[in-house]
Amino acid sequence: MSEPMLRLEGVRTDIAQYHILHGVDLDVPQGQVTMLLGRNGAGKTTTLRTVMGLWKPRAGRIMLAGRNIAGQDPAAIAQAGVALVPENMGIFANLTVEENMILAAVSGPIDPARLDWLFTVFPPLKTFWKNPAGNLSGGQKQMLATARAMVEERRLYLIDEPSKGLAPAIVSTLARALRDLKAKGATILMVEQNFKLARALGDQAAVMDDGRIVWAGPMATLAGDAGLQERLMGLSMEGHA
Amino acid sequence: MVRILSGDGPRSAVLSLIVAAIFLALAFAPFLFPGSRALETAARIAIFIVLVASYDLLLGYGGIVSFAHTMFFGLGAYGVALSTVHLGRGWGALAFGTLSGMVLAVVLAFVIALFSLRVRAIFFAMITLAVASAVAVLVSQLSWLTGGEDGMNIQIPRELTPAFRADFEIFGTRITGRILNYYLVFVCCTALFLLLLRIVNSPFGRVLQAIRENAFRAEAVGYRVVIYRTVATCLSAAVAALAGSLFAIWLRYVGPDTTLSMEIMIDILLMVVIGGMGTIWGAVVGATIFVLAQNYLQNLMGAAAEATAGLPLVPDLLNPDRWLLWLGVAFILSVYFFPAGIVGRLRSGR
Repeated sequence: MSEPMLRLEGVRTDIAQYHILHGVDLDVPQGQVTMLLGRNGAGKTTTLRTVMGLWKPRAGRIMLAGRNIAGQDPAAIAQAGVALVPENMGIFANLTVEENMILAAVSGPIDPARLDWLFTVFPPLKTFWKNPAGNLSGGQKQMLATARAMVEERRLYLIDEPSKGLAPAIVSTLARALRDLKAKGATILMVEQNFKLARALGDQAAVMDDGRIVWAGPMATLAGDAGLQERLMGLSMEGHA
Repeated sequence: MVRILSGDGPRSAVLSLIVAAIFLALAFAPFLFPGSRALETAARIAIFIVLVASYDLLLGYGGIVSFAHTMFFGLGAYGVALSTVHLGRGWGALAFGTLSGMVLAVVLAFVIALFSLRVRAIFFAMITLAVASAVAVLVSQLSWLTGGEDGMNIQIPRELTPAFRADFEIFGTRITGRILNYYLVFVCCTALFLLLLRIVNSPFGRVLQAIRENAFRAEAVGYRVVIYRTVATCLSAAVAALAGSLFAIWLRYVGPDTTLSMEIMIDILLMVVIGGMGTIWGAVVGATIFVLAQNYLQNLMGAAAEATAGLPLVPDLLNPDRWLLWLGVAFILSVYFFPAGIVGRLRSGR
């Protein structure tokens, strides 16, 4: 099996005096979508933010394509090819949609073909291209946040609960876009509470509890075993399908 | 025209008219408004537009609060003064002094930024305040070098002094060295303003705005916040120093009160807020209104007090000695009614 795009080895992260991650071990295979699942407070978002460099790990290694990026600045990690779509969208509300997108293209001007593709998967971005991003609706902001990460080919996409609080129609649009991105061979590590979406997109799954990975394996295995779901997460995916 | 303005025009019909009127008034000031006081006011407006715009690059675009802007302004002014004292009257001395002041300002800005921009914004503000105060004290104490509180008179080329009289007239006005000096100030200020407009509308300016909105997000997107803030501080200091050099050349004098005082720093802050933060056009409106008020509000109030002499209480309220009170009231009202500044209000169309 080829080397994973991302490998976490014994990653421990503290936030102030609280120990949040207690030694996370995780492989994210290249060209696949890995779903990070678990109860609220299990450490999923902290894991993504630690990979992005927004929290510095106290211990452990974070290997991106074989290079340890643990402790590096977020800017350096972003320039190494990692893009984060944060839970709170993280757009620049005072800048226009166009400016948000231009800013996200850190390696140079936006490729017109890629932009056309983004306009196809997220039509509102074209409509509101020159408008301040702060004027967009919640769903449109999420589209912009996701499109910002997708504006360039990245080594790794970190996506934190993209469907949170959104209407079903918007979730479908996002799911289509992420499926398109997956079809392009992207490597994605995604936190998602919507199990229907997680099952539809995920190739691999990793379940977290209390700052550790308690189970990792193919999504098909987890999706097909209601007992395992019940034991790991205290609920069944079928109930949320 | 759109290209000259870097694609960032006033974006409001009323604002366009105001800016055009200010530009034309400044461009033809020597012919439209005779008298040395009017020309003095016009030159001051032109210089303060640049000074305020350079501060807006820091505060409005970068979200960086600095109290050292007058220090950079002063370095430019003292650079010209010291250069002309030691190298003598001449264009070379002016250019050397201007360049030296600017380089010194950039070096000092770089050192302050590198040491303090990594920490929280409030520490940067405190450090700039401390350094600016220290420099102001040094300048007033090192009287053998800077002339102390008395300041220094500057020897500028004869072609820029009132003693020089050209043997031709334009619009019936004899061209003097004073007018040539004014146009030197006006042309340089216009060029510096357009340069600042270019900077804030460049990819660099866009990143600065992103940093102002959320530094962590900008860092997560891939921009090194400290580097961008440091460059913004250096650029702002360079332009402020150039404005200081122009001010010294115009006044033919430099002293702590004219360039380094905290009073000027507060004036700059007020001009930025009145005009509108985060828009270079705000500097044009803010500086013009403020400098005009500083120079003519007293006269206006005197006339108003005379006109209302028959009424009870009103003439007392309008007594010219109370001009600072009314300037304060006008400032409070402008902040209350135009929280985004005059330009912000005009652009929003509400």
